[in-house]
Amino acid sequence: MLENYLPVLVFLAVGTIVGAAMIAVGFVLGTRKPDSEKNSPYECGFEAFEDARMKFDVRFYLVAILFIIFDLEIAFLFPWAVVLDQLGMTGFIAMAVFLGILVIGFIYEWKKGALEWE
Amino acid sequence: MDTLIGLWDTFGRDWPYLATLIEILVKIVLIVAPIMLLVAYYTYAERKVIGYMQLRLGPNRVGPKGWLQPIADAVKLMFKEVILPTGANKFLFLLAPLITLAPALAAWAVFPFDEELVLADVNAGLLYILALTSVGVYGVIIAGWASNSKYALLGAMRSAAQIVAYEIAMGFALVGVLVAAGSLNLGDIVRAQAGGIFSWFWLPLLPLFVIYFISGVAETNRAPFDVAEGESEIVAGFHVEYSGMAFAVFFLGEYANMILISALAALMFMGGWLSPFHGWPILGPLFEWVPGIVWLFLKTAIFAFLYLWFRATFPRYRYDQIMRLGWKVFIPITIVWILVVGLAVVYELPWWFD
Repeated sequence: MLENYLPVLVFLAVGTIVGAAMIAVGFVLGTRKPDSEKNSPYECGFEAFEDARMKFDVRFYLVAILFIIFDLEIAFLFPWAVVLDQLGMTGFIAMAVFLGILVIGFIYEWKKGALEWE
Repeated sequence: MDTLIGLWDTFGRDWPYLATLIEILVKIVLIVAPIMLLVAYYTYAERKVIGYMQLRLGPNRVGPKGWLQPIADAVKLMFKEVILPTGANKFLFLLAPLITLAPALAAWAVFPFDEELVLADVNAGLLYILALTSVGVYGVIIAGWASNSKYALLGAMRSAAQIVAYEIAMGFALVGVLVAAGSLNLGDIVRAQAGGIFSWFWLPLLPLFVIYFISGVAETNRAPFDVAEGESEIVAGFHVEYSGMAFAVFFLGEYANMILISALAALMFMGGWLSPFHGWPILGPLFEWVPGIVWLFLKTAIFAFLYLWFRATFPRYRYDQIMRLGWKVFIPITIVWILVVGLAVVYELPWWFD
């Protein structure tokens, strides 16, 4: 059972090594003549005058939180989806109630304007 | 050949772990090498297809009809300088492309190319793929933050918000497939679609199928959802500061992801390696000889072509429209359709779910 996952692990390692090797090739073969102009962060021709890690819109944070809620919901749906044909109507109703509660929350955040970008 | 096999047998007896490891590595190379080649020629196909759609010739100077263009591009990128911007966090800056590429490649570990042709036949295949494609967003956000550039940070923010929004719609679409197939194993999902073109899941799951592919396009940051790198607004988005091979790794990851999304669409909704005439009276036996992997490749190619077609024909979406489409259109539709499919499975709707 678990030995099925060994190739997956090896594949992840190989994927990382392939990427690292390519970047290493770039460092070995590529020219290296850094100067302060070239290394300055790109900002449409004029000098970068402050740190770029600035404040950002709170809506991005809101999207991330909503994402966590919905992604958890999907994680709950996965095992249910696999055995639904054995659970029958009971299982369907149970999940419909669960989804119903989440839909109420979804409608609430919609009405509150959490999904608006203008 | 016999001596070689004999040698391998003794080797396997003396070093069982090493032998398994080498066997796995050989198989991985057999998957990764064609994918890399496919990515290279996908970029060529993209330029050619878009070229012809715009009444141009596309690349046609390097080699016959431009066939060597991707090789020339790769060589050029290798000799370019990898610039490390001042103020960048150097470790994270170089880590970000790896986080994009490694999952895009590793997701193929559980992908069944034919009835028996799969590297790791794991039971949680679809969950693994969903998990790995989600890791890609870390690459984007780390790249944007590590670059210490305003354009990169803004691009990464936009891109990450867009990717997570569409990931929900995509996850719901996958739940629909699971309900229909009753298994997380990708091979079993294809087997659940056994039959000709009308037995496949694209028909009963049509809304989910459309939503899955559109979400896939948004997920890979491709046109018409490519606001993250909308050239006219924020230059190249989260990878403005990348150059040379560091950029090439990002690029490879993006195209490998596009091919993965296309292949998954073919697998989950279009019957994977099954022949479209499977079980039909005359056409069925006529196409019996075609190997399954050829069908899979053709189906994948159709979706891969759709990516290019979209890019050549659709104008870019505005950002608020993208978020509206993802949250307010796709999520409600998928929730409703999951319930519809659930009912169909519970009542064993004939033809697909009996």
